[in-house]
Amino acid sequence: MVKNDNNNNNYKKNVTIIAQKGADYARKWEISLKNGEILSVLFTGVGGQGIILATTVLAHAAINAGFDVKVSEVHGMAQRGGSVEGSVRIGKKVYSPTINKADFIVALEQLEALRYIQKLAFEGFILVNEYKIYPASASVKESNYPSDVAEMICSFTKNYYFIKTVETAKKLGNLKVSNMIMTGALSEFLPFSSRCWIEALKDNVPEKAVNVNIDAFNTGRGFAKN
Amino acid sequence: MENNKNLRLLTGNEAIARAAYESGVTVATAYPGTPSTEILENVSRYSQIYCQWSVNEKVSLEVASGASIAGARALVAMKHVGLNVAADPFMTLSYTGVTGGLVIISADDPGMHSSQNEQDNRFYARFAKVPMLEPSDSQEALDMVKDAFEISEKFDTPVLVRTTTRISHSRSMVMTGSRQDKKPKDYVKNSCKYVMIPAYGRERHLAVLDRWEKLKELCEQGYYHLLHTPQSSKAVKDIGIITSGVSYQYAREVFDNVPVLKLNMTNPVCSNIISEFSRDKRLVIVIEELEPFLEEHIRLLNLKVELAGKQFFPAYGELGISALEKVYCQLFGTASGKAADNNKVSGEKIIEDTQRIESFKGYTAKKLRQDEILAGLPPRPPVLCAGCPHRSVFHVLKKLKTAVMGDIGCYTLSVLPPLNSLDSCLCMGAGVGQALGMEKANKDFKGRVVAVIGDSTFFHSGITATIDNAYNNGTNVIIVLDNGTTAMTGQQDHPGTGRTLMSNTSVQLKPEDFAKAAGIKNIRVVDPSDMKTLKKVFEEELNRDELSFVVCRRPCVLIEKPKIISKVYIDQNICKECGLCLKFGCPAIEFKDSRYSINSVLCTGCNVCADICKFKAIIKKK
Repeated sequence: MVKNDNNNNNYKKNVTIIAQKGADYARKWEISLKNGEILSVLFTGVGGQGIILATTVLAHAAINAGFDVKVSEVHGMAQRGGSVEGSVRIGKKVYSPTINKADFIVALEQLEALRYIQKLAFEGFILVNEYKIYPASASVKESNYPSDVAEMICSFTKNYYFIKTVETAKKLGNLKVSNMIMTGALSEFLPFSSRCWIEALKDNVPEKAVNVNIDAFNTGRGFAKN
Repeated sequence: MENNKNLRLLTGNEAIARAAYESGVTVATAYPGTPSTEILENVSRYSQIYCQWSVNEKVSLEVASGASIAGARALVAMKHVGLNVAADPFMTLSYTGVTGGLVIISADDPGMHSSQNEQDNRFYARFAKVPMLEPSDSQEALDMVKDAFEISEKFDTPVLVRTTTRISHSRSMVMTGSRQDKKPKDYVKNSCKYVMIPAYGRERHLAVLDRWEKLKELCEQGYYHLLHTPQSSKAVKDIGIITSGVSYQYAREVFDNVPVLKLNMTNPVCSNIISEFSRDKRLVIVIEELEPFLEEHIRLLNLKVELAGKQFFPAYGELGISALEKVYCQLFGTASGKAADNNKVSGEKIIEDTQRIESFKGYTAKKLRQDEILAGLPPRPPVLCAGCPHRSVFHVLKKLKTAVMGDIGCYTLSVLPPLNSLDSCLCMGAGVGQALGMEKANKDFKGRVVAVIGDSTFFHSGITATIDNAYNNGTNVIIVLDNGTTAMTGQQDHPGTGRTLMSNTSVQLKPEDFAKAAGIKNIRVVDPSDMKTLKKVFEEELNRDELSFVVCRRPCVLIEKPKIISKVYIDQNICKECGLCLKFGCPAIEFKDSRYSINSVLCTGCNVCADICKFKAIIKKK
């Protein structure tokens, strides 16, 4: 396997410094969106991790903030534990439903972060759930899961943030809310008010799961603030 | 914006279902197929519409045509290859025309996200001389389907509305309306129109040709195309783009300085509008996915303009922003205005596109290293679920070294490692006929070839092939993988489930009863989770000099979670690390941190793998 280059610091040291960038990104995009630019967010992960809900919540938060949106996702074969992607594009007027370069990537799994990393725009930012799901092919030993996957991600960009969602999700009592913790972290990078997000959550999450999802979202938002 | 209840974020499929509701549709039919499945699933939420899963696309179109003859509006939805199955009624429906409006949705799949081919169904419209509309977002999907019903009734024709995966499965804002109540027209018997004996058929063919001339006039009208003329200072006038469907969206985003003519109706094609659009142009670029359907038509117009299409864009797969940006760079020598401003195309991209990569050696070294990392990543293809009842069948067939003639469904995934099963997968129902052909061609295949088919696909198109196999003295084994649902498309009901799309109970049919009726003597029903019996049954039936029919019956794990008696674990003291358990291909069996283990989150407790280990290291928890 290819080793990480030496100029790259251990990714863990960078976490805190980079997290402070959230507010800068939000300010930049507040102006860019006003100027008619289109913001592209790519969610990646494994079938069953809740990517469709994450794209839905982001899309509605943007709609609540008064923007046009387009969402694209792939169904069918992809649902059988395969690699899954979904994208949201936001702007005054959006044309293409699919993205070329992503201004933000939210990866719910590390290998799927790496797989899509070339989609990251020049000054884009990637949020990675520090979590591994072994693909069946890695189980067959034909191609093993790279042990230094996090460092590989860092060799592509300096703009990253790793979040351990599993422990938090366990504390909240629902392992499935990793997607909302990540969405909460993303929200710190985007210029939409807290109200826009919470309304989007309430309108799109099944009623009995609203509270735990809001808790997860707020926790993720808190991560990105510290 | 947020307060407007009628403004919603909908997929193309949801918008089409909404259009059926608003158009006053009485009957809607389909056979599930990605990317069209959700249309009927969403129609079923409107209680005003009778809707059904049909056994296949041919029958679904015939039911819809019956509803149309009875005077009601009807909608039928299918994936692109579904229209092959329905092609027989479709071609002659063009002759008979309609009474109540009849709209056929063809959801094509460029890029083959979940299909066996990427055929371009626009040719069906041309073939049948039927009008075709192509929406480019969800709002248009709603508006065009509603308009398609008007065209259908006014011009006495079925209307094809063609979507692609990116239209069906993308969500965008839609302004919805209210339902138009359409009372079915009174029935008037009209044999000359609906009974296609040659004498009447000849008359109707003339009616088709007459209708075609009227449709050619219709497509020139304003609503059926849209002209965008950019107003910015960078706008060019001597280049133009002709496009339709989702390609329009890519064109608008990338070629923001170029006039764009979007065709809403792509059959017939508006020749006069195109001639007029091209008149003051030096170059016209046709942007379309798959075949050069519009390009060929425009070439025949013999316009005095340079025409470019497939020389710029591939005739396979999906287009996207990057495919168009490359062409933009070639034409204008720079990244598109918007992309350059936004840094969306990084420096790397432009360098690559203009092939000046050699002068950036340091950059190239890093790029190569990164490419190496990405090329080495383990793939993550879709797999059979943990606890899937199909897995043991393929595991046993692999041991028996038979040729496996396959079919379309979740079990098609068994072709991938480690199961490496399936010798063929052509279309629904094909395996049953292919197995017969194999043994007729070569006696060595006697006792060495099986056909596998799902329960839903057996009803779709396996019954006729089974009869053929029995009638022609086949000696192979037909295996029905009966998991009690249409699993791949998301657990839809079918004649074997005893329930309809509208949640009514119905007769529950069993594949083995059809085998009995076909005169097959050797019929076995086994539980595939009992692998020893499964192997014994397959061996016995393969050795017979007669046709056999084996139903492997166990519900899909996604509809019926097994009552967990106990999950399993691997005893590390017994494990000899032979790796045999990984060859079973269950995602719950892992090789992690240099040891074999069971992922207790994924394990469903089916216990089938306990029989795989020769050393009995896979142990049932008490």
